[in-house]
Amino acid sequence: MSGTGPGPAAELAGEVRRGGRRAVDVLDEHLAAIDARDHEIHAFNLVTRDEARAQAEAVDARVARGDDPGPLAGVPVALKDNLCTRGLPTTCSSRILAGWCPPYDATVVTRLRDAGAVMVGKTNMDEFAMGSSTENSATGPTRNPHDTGRVPGGSSGGSAAAVAAGFAPLALGSDTGGSIRQPAALCGVVGMKPTYGTVSRYGLVAFASSLDQIGPFARSVADAALLFDVIGGHDPADSTSLNRPTPRVLSVVDEGVDGMTVGVLTELLDGVDPEVAARTHQAAEALAAAGARIEEVSVPEVLLGLSAYYLIAPAEASSNLARYDGVRFGLRVDAEDTVAMNTATRSAGFGAEVKRRIMLGTYALSAGYMDAYYNQALRVRTRILEGFAAAYRRCDVLLGPTTPTTAFALGEKVDDPMTMYRSDICTIPTNLAGHPAISVPFGASADGLPIGVQVLAPALAESTLFRVAAVVEAAAPAPVPATGAGS
Amino acid sequence: MATPGRLTRDQVAHVADLARLTLTEEELELFTGQLAEILDHAADVASLDLTGVAPTAHALAVTNVLRADQVQPCLDRQEVLRAAPSVEDERFRVPRILGEAP
Repeated sequence: MSGTGPGPAAELAGEVRRGGRRAVDVLDEHLAAIDARDHEIHAFNLVTRDEARAQAEAVDARVARGDDPGPLAGVPVALKDNLCTRGLPTTCSSRILAGWCPPYDATVVTRLRDAGAVMVGKTNMDEFAMGSSTENSATGPTRNPHDTGRVPGGSSGGSAAAVAAGFAPLALGSDTGGSIRQPAALCGVVGMKPTYGTVSRYGLVAFASSLDQIGPFARSVADAALLFDVIGGHDPADSTSLNRPTPRVLSVVDEGVDGMTVGVLTELLDGVDPEVAARTHQAAEALAAAGARIEEVSVPEVLLGLSAYYLIAPAEASSNLARYDGVRFGLRVDAEDTVAMNTATRSAGFGAEVKRRIMLGTYALSAGYMDAYYNQALRVRTRILEGFAAAYRRCDVLLGPTTPTTAFALGEKVDDPMTMYRSDICTIPTNLAGHPAISVPFGASADGLPIGVQVLAPALAESTLFRVAAVVEAAAPAPVPATGAGS
Repeated sequence: MATPGRLTRDQVAHVADLARLTLTEEELELFTGQLAEILDHAADVASLDLTGVAPTAHALAVTNVLRADQVQPCLDRQEVLRAAPSVEDERFRVPRILGEAP
């Protein structure tokens, strides 16, 4: 045994299932925490009090009848605001979707409801998930609960902050280039990006379809495993959903790492803050002490990930975001003819970063440049896959930092896109490969900011990934409280 | 592979037009510099010789995903139309469409 026992969400669910606590009381405690501090953090775009109360009452009614409401009975869960919720606003933190209420639920929302979860609200994000700081939001930035002068990371910054601040023990985000793991690291919580195709994207508003994947935020590895087990699995409504058994991870999370080979991925430590890099080495030592063999591994192709990603993701985004034309949903700015209406709507509805990426993608796909940029990036993606495959012939998992730095100050990078993009340098290669990875909190910097250690695994090796993560977690220095005292 | 020349302001204006975006003069200036910087960084990818390397569009591609040919419930028409900015006779209504070939 190497794990740290059931997480806070699992314990809550256990108490509610046994009838020891009512789901409505659990909800009230979390709503009180939101009321006390979210005016300062702005984790939520919308708190869905009435709907949450109805869900909690339904859970309590089932317990009273002697039914089992499910593995997340009464557990408050926060949803990133790019997950469709029928009849409830889903904005992607964009003016172009302000007030839009989807006519259907995302598959993950249905699965949460079926598992007895209580969905407390929609969390703030970088507009259409494009960003690394949650500053690119039409509703204003989210602040890091550890230091409100700093960013929570992004794009799922609201979900990470909500879990860190105790607004909900669990949250869902989406990870296209690191948008779960990077904010998880910066906020001191666990964040996991599943293998592409293991969690349905049905009802996730598309950014870059070949990279987007929904995943869990939690305060412990075991809780992230619990949530992954609930949301994972084949879905006929998503044509990219893998129709094969999805690994079940909660039951194996405590099985340890004895006999495994862990590769410390040297390229991920390139140019990283020494304080952050030191934590990766410390985690490697802990894994060695738990019986793993540690190797240094080099995958040079990983260094091309940043450029390849910032060609592929914008190219896909430019195509996906063509649907915001003022015709079927969302904002319309009227004009004399349809093309002028389309243009006026998009120009008024999108923020600067979204416009930048649409133009970058349009350019990378345009006649004369597609071969040099987009197609070339797809070939680099092949190289990255081959590089990882070689590493995984020797290693069960790879280890590195999640981010090059701890949380940076609000406003520090937002006017310099290329500098902001470098925040994703350690997380992007995983998305290009379609692999799973997880960020585990591992101590803090001298100034009290959380640091994340990242575990990477080959496709569909979630069981291995979670086992390693649990050992890293058990060895981590005591977590820092998210009181905001650092500001 | 040869790297294309540095991005110009005219190219950005053209791309904005293709993407149905209107930019102010200030935005055009700002975006030209920023996009050029991003593409300069991408030169590490654009300048590689990757002859013979197959492109990967999807890391875990699945093909020919078809469901059984059975009638299933779909989205509620009225609920979908309620989300539209303008509707007439159960259809999405748009302004005049000008300048298109007949």
